[in-house]
Amino acid sequence: MHDPSVVDLSRLQFALTALYHYLFVPLTLGMSFMLAAMETVYVVTRKSIYKQMAQFWGKLFLINFALGVATGLTMEFEFGTNWSFYSSFVGDIFGAPLAIEGLMAFFLESTMVGLMVFGWHKLKAGQHLAVTYLVALGSNLSALWILVANAFMQDPAGAHFNPATMRMELASLPQLIFNHDAQAKFVHTSIAGYVTAAIFVAGVSAFYLIRHRHTELARRSFRMAALFGVLATAGVITLGDALGFIGAQAQPTKLAAMEGLWKTEKAPMPFNLIAFPSQKDETNHGQIQVPYVLSLLVTHSTDGTVPGVDVLKKNAAARIENGIPAVEALQKLSADPGNSQAMAQFKAHEDDLGYGFLVQRYAPDVSQATPAQIQKAAKDSIPEVAPVFWSFRIMVALGLAMLAFFVMAVIYTMRNNVQHKRWFLKIAVWMIPVPFLANEAGWVVAELGRQPWTVYGMLPTWMSASTHSLGYMIFSIIGFVALYTAFIIVEMYLMVRAIKQGPTPIDSQPTLGGNDNPALAHAEA
Amino acid sequence: MDMYAILQVTWWLLLGVLLIGLATMVGMDMGVGTILRYVGRSDIERRVALNIIGPHWDGNQVWFILGGGAVFAAFPLIYATAFSGFYVVMLLLLWSMIMRPLGFEYRSKIDNPRWRNVWDWALFISGFVPMIVFGAAIGNLFRGVPFQFNWNLTSTYTGSFLGLLNPFAILCGVLSLCLSVYMGSVMLMNRSEGDIHARSRGLARLASLLSIVLFAIGGIWVHAMKGFVRTGGPLAGTAQTPLQQSVQLADGAWLSNFNAHPVLWLVPAIGFAALICGHLAAAGNRSHLAWWLGALSWLGVIGTAGVALFPFLLPSVSHPAQSLTVWNASSSQLTLTWMLGFALVFVPLVVWYTSWAFYVMRGKVSAEHVASDEHAY
Ligand code: HDD
Ligand code: HEM
Ligand code: HEM
Repeated sequence: MHDPSVVDLSRLQFALTALYHYLFVPLTLGMSFMLAAMETVYVVTRKSIYKQMAQFWGKLFLINFALGVATGLTMEFEFGTNWSFYSSFVGDIFGAPLAIEGLMAFFLESTMVGLMVFGWHKLKAGQHLAVTYLVALGSNLSALWILVANAFMQDPAGAHFNPATMRMELASLPQLIFNHDAQAKFVHTSIAGYVTAAIFVAGVSAFYLIRHRHTELARRSFRMAALFGVLATAGVITLGDALGFIGAQAQPTKLAAMEGLWKTEKAPMPFNLIAFPSQKDETNHGQIQVPYVLSLLVTHSTDGTVPGVDVLKKNAAARIENGIPAVEALQKLSADPGNSQAMAQFKAHEDDLGYGFLVQRYAPDVSQATPAQIQKAAKDSIPEVAPVFWSFRIMVALGLAMLAFFVMAVIYTMRNNVQHKRWFLKIAVWMIPVPFLANEAGWVVAELGRQPWTVYGMLPTWMSASTHSLGYMIFSIIGFVALYTAFIIVEMYLMVRAIKQGPTPIDSQPTLGGNDNPALAHAEA
Repeated sequence: MDMYAILQVTWWLLLGVLLIGLATMVGMDMGVGTILRYVGRSDIERRVALNIIGPHWDGNQVWFILGGGAVFAAFPLIYATAFSGFYVVMLLLLWSMIMRPLGFEYRSKIDNPRWRNVWDWALFISGFVPMIVFGAAIGNLFRGVPFQFNWNLTSTYTGSFLGLLNPFAILCGVLSLCLSVYMGSVMLMNRSEGDIHARSRGLARLASLLSIVLFAIGGIWVHAMKGFVRTGGPLAGTAQTPLQQSVQLADGAWLSNFNAHPVLWLVPAIGFAALICGHLAAAGNRSHLAWWLGALSWLGVIGTAGVALFPFLLPSVSHPAQSLTVWNASSSQLTLTWMLGFALVFVPLVVWYTSWAFYVMRGKVSAEHVASDEHAY
């Protein structure tokens, strides 16, 4: 049986390590493309300033990359170490994109990154450029596959439960991959990475412009970042809307939490701009509303309605009652796979198996579940509203702020007077943490809003965790916190130091291309 | 045999390929980490050693990551049961391993002896610990691990952390460490000159000798161990859970596959032959040849373990009937088929561009190169 505090600590540990991993991921996703763009300009125009840019930003890229790799490594195994039942229950489906990610993306990215760093003197200019593009391709492919995996947890398409093996199995790989949620997620999330890189480059460049250092490199970098950023931010917002639209159909409970929607009302429904949701009282204590907007946003029409918590809880209670016989039948099938009566009972109720599991948390013998326990489980089916509601608003507000920032940045840089707008440059420096915050907030919406499920509607979180002792979990969380804290201090220190040092002057650099540099020509074997 | 059983065996073989790839490539880099402080006496010597594997360690490490992903996809019950059961050991493995990327990227960024010394120790730990754990984990499979399932296949591990550190497991751990030191040494011989080359050569000879001895002791030990035998249950290639079979323990049962098919004795023979030839090749400065012989020894050693255990993947000492085998722990036929397709396309591609990367970076690395290249570690 699962100890509830072990489950909570497993969640805490996973959230800490995943959110930490995700501090480094977006910059890698976006920066790799910006490096490729800078190097392209260099190869086409042969202006050495662009090579200097590619190498300087490349240095910062690598400081970030090392921690992305290190923290990703633990994530790859954390499903097994801490979500053991989850891993065996859906591994048949979920493992596939993870393995494909390694084969298709990590190998490419990691092999090419070595050549990108060490290959400046060993590759021809065109070859090196191709290598840089392959790094960018690899990191973005990795985002694609991990998000296909994550989308399965949000909207389990292409899978079915097999009583003979007591787990979920793949029904169709194309359905898994072309899951709408996965597609929208991939575009939204990877473009959010481009926004992050654009803000980072713009912010660091602004820092140089304020101090009148490396102005040539900073001006050009700033312009590139502004153009890249304005397009990317517009893209993120468009796709964010699409994601909300798709999510509304797949996960009504998450949507209700995002919008702080306790009661189902008649169309057209108002949008809660600000509200103070109370989980206990199932209502908002104070709210500022904009009429019509919710129906418009979520259903893209004025006469659409969105179910609130009241309706969703009622639906959940009904599905729990229908799911109980499915769990009972499964228990019999486990002892005797040939029991045809149990099989018939299972088939009749299998769509609600996950809801049966939901009440098993309170009634280990589901056939004894009381109405009060069923109500309690139905209440569980609603995620924590306040943090989801607020994270969503933080993400959206920061997105709109970044859009405004980039629009101004484009105007100033096109007029060529950004270097004189000191107040704006100062804002640009302060913008650096903003996209990181928006990214983290986005994941909190996506993951916390999915609760109480690890696989929406199929597998509750409380069952998914490994059966560790409390001591083990405390040990591992302390270890992660200590190690990761040390890591981030070192990383920030090196990053700030590298930024303060600035780029290597051009004339001290050897030229690119071939093995012609005498100092570096290696002895051929 | 029907299609599903053939796929299961194919994936068992592919798992072997992956483990050999992991041990060879990541093991080589970890071997360099382990011996870094010995072969490199000065800072510049250590930088030469690091820059020899500098362009490749990240790509090589993906063998390890893919190992995790592929077990997840092809044998989800193993991924779930083994990694949660070995919790503390897995964490030690992961925590030591994640120091490596930082060690490589950050060590030479600051010119301060104390800073660099800390990272040199980090690189040592992240080479030494994972290779011991890797070998010890395989060693524990021979003794079995205490775990059980409930009706819905929630697994519970009932052993302690110290139980995993038994003498046979430690023997396997040290063997794996020796093989990695051998691979690291011959890689350094390949690409270095002078003192580093000479010290590496000495280590390669020592490590190969030790490996021969340890592999032999392990072989004798296994004769005397209790092995597992599957005595009944659903046929290979039928959908099943680990709750439906019967298993017995018997003395020397880990040799039954060899006894049934004597041709399989070739597998350990390859291991011994490769190690002996590798020792001679290292002594004769044929470092390229010695590298390939090292890879072949890994094939012999891992292959021997695989053949002995087949069809078992993770035996349970506390509930032998619930042991995980190739037949009850694999993915469904559809998943195995798709994954085979991906592997057939991408593994050759990976091997191709990895070889290209090694080709581009070929040649000796010297102190002058390292000192004058601002991209060097
Ligand atoms: C492939 C699956 C997957 C992916 C790509 C992610 N997560 Fe996740 N996440 C889970 C699978 C998961 C999980 C294993 O299913 C958890 C653990 C407990 C739970 O309910 O879901 C979870 C929980 C979880 C929580 C805690 C929610 C809670 O406590 O209820 C947070 C904040 C995040 N994740 C954040 C992230 C971030 C920042 C990710 C980006 C790297 C991320 N997740 C990717
Ligand atoms: C929670 C699930 C996740 C797991 C198991 C995971 C696993 C990993 C692993 C093992 C690495 C190291 C690869 C290497 O050595 O090169 C890595 C890096 C990376 N991951 Fe993740 N990851 C997760 C979430 C994500 C998400 C959601 C994204 C993107 C949207 C992402 C994008 C990346 C990228 C771009 C890298 C490259 C290195 C870097 O971060 O700087 N990952 N991840
Ligand atoms: C203003 C417009 C935005 C809207 C309407 C929006 C919408 C959404 C929605 C609805 C989700 C939840 C997806 C789910 O149901 O699981 C989400 C997730 C996310 N958002 Fe946004 N978003 C916006 C801006 C941003 C910005 C500016 C960033 C970062 C720079 C960002 C980064 C993320 C990330 C990383 C996730 C989690 C991954 C995912 O589920 O795709 N978003 N967004």
